[in-house]
Amino acid sequence: MERRVNYENDLNLMATELRLGLPGCGDDEPQRKTNPSIRNNKRTAPEISEVSSSESSSSITMYGSDDQDSPPPAKEQVVGWPPIRSYRKNCLQSSKRNEVEGMGMYVKVSVDGAPYLRKIDLKVYRSYPQLLKALENMFKLTIGAYSKREGYNGSDYAPTYEDKDGDWMLVGDVPWEMFISSCKRLRIMKGSEARGLGCV
Amino acid sequence: MEPSELKRSKDSPNSDESTRRSSFPDEVLERVLSLLKSHRDRSSVSLVCKDWYNAERWSRTHVFIGNCYSVSPEIVARRFPKIRSVTLKGKPRFSDFNLVPENWGADIHAWLVVFAAKYPFLEELRLKRMAISDESLEFLAVSFPNFKALSLLSCDGFSTNGLAAIATHCKNLTELDIQENGIDDKGGSWLSCFPESFTSLEVLNFANLSSDINFDALERLVGRCKSMRVLKLNRSVSLEQLQRLLVNAPQLAELGTGSFSEELTFRQYVELESALSNCQNMHTLYGLWDAKGIYLPALYPVCTHLTFLNLSYAALRSDELAKLLAHCPRLKRLWVLDTVEDKGLEAVGLNCPLLEELRVFPADPFDEEIIHGVTEAGFVAVSFGCPRLQYVLYFCRQMTNAAVATIVQNCPDFTHFRLCIMNPGQPDYITNEPMDEAFGAVVKTCTKLQRLSVSGRLTDLTFEYIGRYAKNLETLSVAFAGSSDWGMQCVMGGCSKLRKLEIRDCPFGNAALLSGLEKYESMRSLWMSACNVTMNGCRLLAREMPRLNVEVMKEDGSDDSQADKVYVYRSIAGPRRDAPPSVLTL
Repeated sequence: MERRVNYENDLNLMATELRLGLPGCGDDEPQRKTNPSIRNNKRTAPEISEVSSSESSSSITMYGSDDQDSPPPAKEQVVGWPPIRSYRKNCLQSSKRNEVEGMGMYVKVSVDGAPYLRKIDLKVYRSYPQLLKALENMFKLTIGAYSKREGYNGSDYAPTYEDKDGDWMLVGDVPWEMFISSCKRLRIMKGSEARGLGCV
Repeated sequence: MEPSELKRSKDSPNSDESTRRSSFPDEVLERVLSLLKSHRDRSSVSLVCKDWYNAERWSRTHVFIGNCYSVSPEIVARRFPKIRSVTLKGKPRFSDFNLVPENWGADIHAWLVVFAAKYPFLEELRLKRMAISDESLEFLAVSFPNFKALSLLSCDGFSTNGLAAIATHCKNLTELDIQENGIDDKGGSWLSCFPESFTSLEVLNFANLSSDINFDALERLVGRCKSMRVLKLNRSVSLEQLQRLLVNAPQLAELGTGSFSEELTFRQYVELESALSNCQNMHTLYGLWDAKGIYLPALYPVCTHLTFLNLSYAALRSDELAKLLAHCPRLKRLWVLDTVEDKGLEAVGLNCPLLEELRVFPADPFDEEIIHGVTEAGFVAVSFGCPRLQYVLYFCRQMTNAAVATIVQNCPDFTHFRLCIMNPGQPDYITNEPMDEAFGAVVKTCTKLQRLSVSGRLTDLTFEYIGRYAKNLETLSVAFAGSSDWGMQCVMGGCSKLRKLEIRDCPFGNAALLSGLEKYESMRSLWMSACNVTMNGCRLLAREMPRLNVEVMKEDGSDDSQADKVYVYRSIAGPRRDAPPSVLTL
């Protein structure tokens, strides 16, 4: 770790300046990049870091005097700064992932025979059982348990959803994350139509 | 009493002391001293004379150890034979921000082994920044039949299996408080390990954990623990489930909600509001994960007697916060995210005149493109409305010297002033000057200041001010600041009550380090990382001050002569024997 720091005359802004240069250009402290613990500070969501690295030298030079023009900046994150506990960082990151993908994911829910539709925020749920329970509560019905072979056989109701291709699918077949990203609306089918689905 | 009397007569054979003793029996002294709770008062008492030292050590039931390496468990057990409650702190504070290597130490196990032998009736254990394994938790659970309270804050090394052991074996447990730890969450089944006959729990905090727990088990547990006063749920508990819990626990004084965002029917909303309004004792509210503004009105009945509201996990907008705060006139402590912006903080100033503590956390700390958050205007607005402010933690992206001067003029009673301007070394954004005058104003005006964290572009002048005026300062945190050794020398020379000093990325070198030679023994610890201190400087310090532990943590690939991270602390236990290879003790 080579530090040639000159504090004779002025404040030596360079030591404290946050710059946008790639590692190796200029005499910035290189060890921050090689410090293995820096990986704990890196943002995990790939889309965010892509955005920041594609920005050309934008306005983030702290001091007007020093206009060091750098090639495409990779934002250096200083280890442990700002001083926020890992626990809080992790909580913020998981909330942020929800926000980045859009403020809530409201889809219409129709139930055969009901006079009006409802809307629910799919982002709020993290698994099929949670979603189904919420639907059962909302509409005062029983959907029952899912099985790969029989679907929702044994119940009068079957939850279905319209996917991106416009097809009506049975809820529960695909992994949750895939479902979330392709579900456009929900329909809870009732009666013989529903039982028919179970036999397919 | 007999064994203690025997001990005392062995300790004081002097006949003068025995005449003194007969006029003031030790039993009386011990009884009087047993009323002393503050560990600082007890330390003072123990220094008066040998009699008092002995009386104090026999009457002490709680021991607070601020640095687990400053003393050994054997020494503690020898001095204090009747301990029932232990508080232990381990790693340096910067370990919270990943600056301390893995496996650094602070393992609790050696302590537990000694406690099991010497304090079989141990009731309480509170740990902060310690390493604790599942094996240790199991050992704890089975070794202390009277064990009542376990609190883990910012610890790591354990999983939910360890919690299962506690729940299974600790029949008298009153408190299980798991906060902000690096815990390996293997699932929620640990909660179901509390036996059906178990009814003593008063404090349950599992907000740290993310897995689903068995709600039926939780509902039954809360239902039968009639003395429960603190319940902090995790995110997996829904609003509807919360309502069911509250119906059975209206006596709760502190509540941490689970997720506050699912869809509720109108009837469910009304039921929730009703359950909350029955909680007449509730003074503290946490959690509110992902809170949606529309459901916050359910909290209004509770808000009127709230004194502590922690919204630091709820990204509220300014209008949502303002509406909520209009119902919280008695608030003394408020934690928020900076999504509330300056407008939200104006609402704080308007509605909460009794406010003593404010913490504003950044919602997007690592994204420099964001231009939202709070500014100096929000802080100033709060200071006008809340003159009783004593504690502030404020993360912002811009600040001015003038604003800080106004703030401390409005609120001269600050004891804790932690300002974090998130871009390192940023000057006053209007005048482009260093932020020296801001912190100068703080230390000149706030004579009761005990804790200070500085930020922004700072020259040695800041530290001159601190050394000259901050006479009650005990804890100082410095990052990316200062111009030369002189800065740190001013602090070491001027702050007579300084106990903890943590410095990172500052141009302080050996001269600065060694200027504190006389001082370090009266301090708990010193941390210096990414400064200009060299190995030779550290070696010199270690040689001159044998009662200090001088530890250096080297980073891979760094220059051999540089002392990358230095941790200095006083210790009567000598150098530690459990340091990993990356930590050198000089």
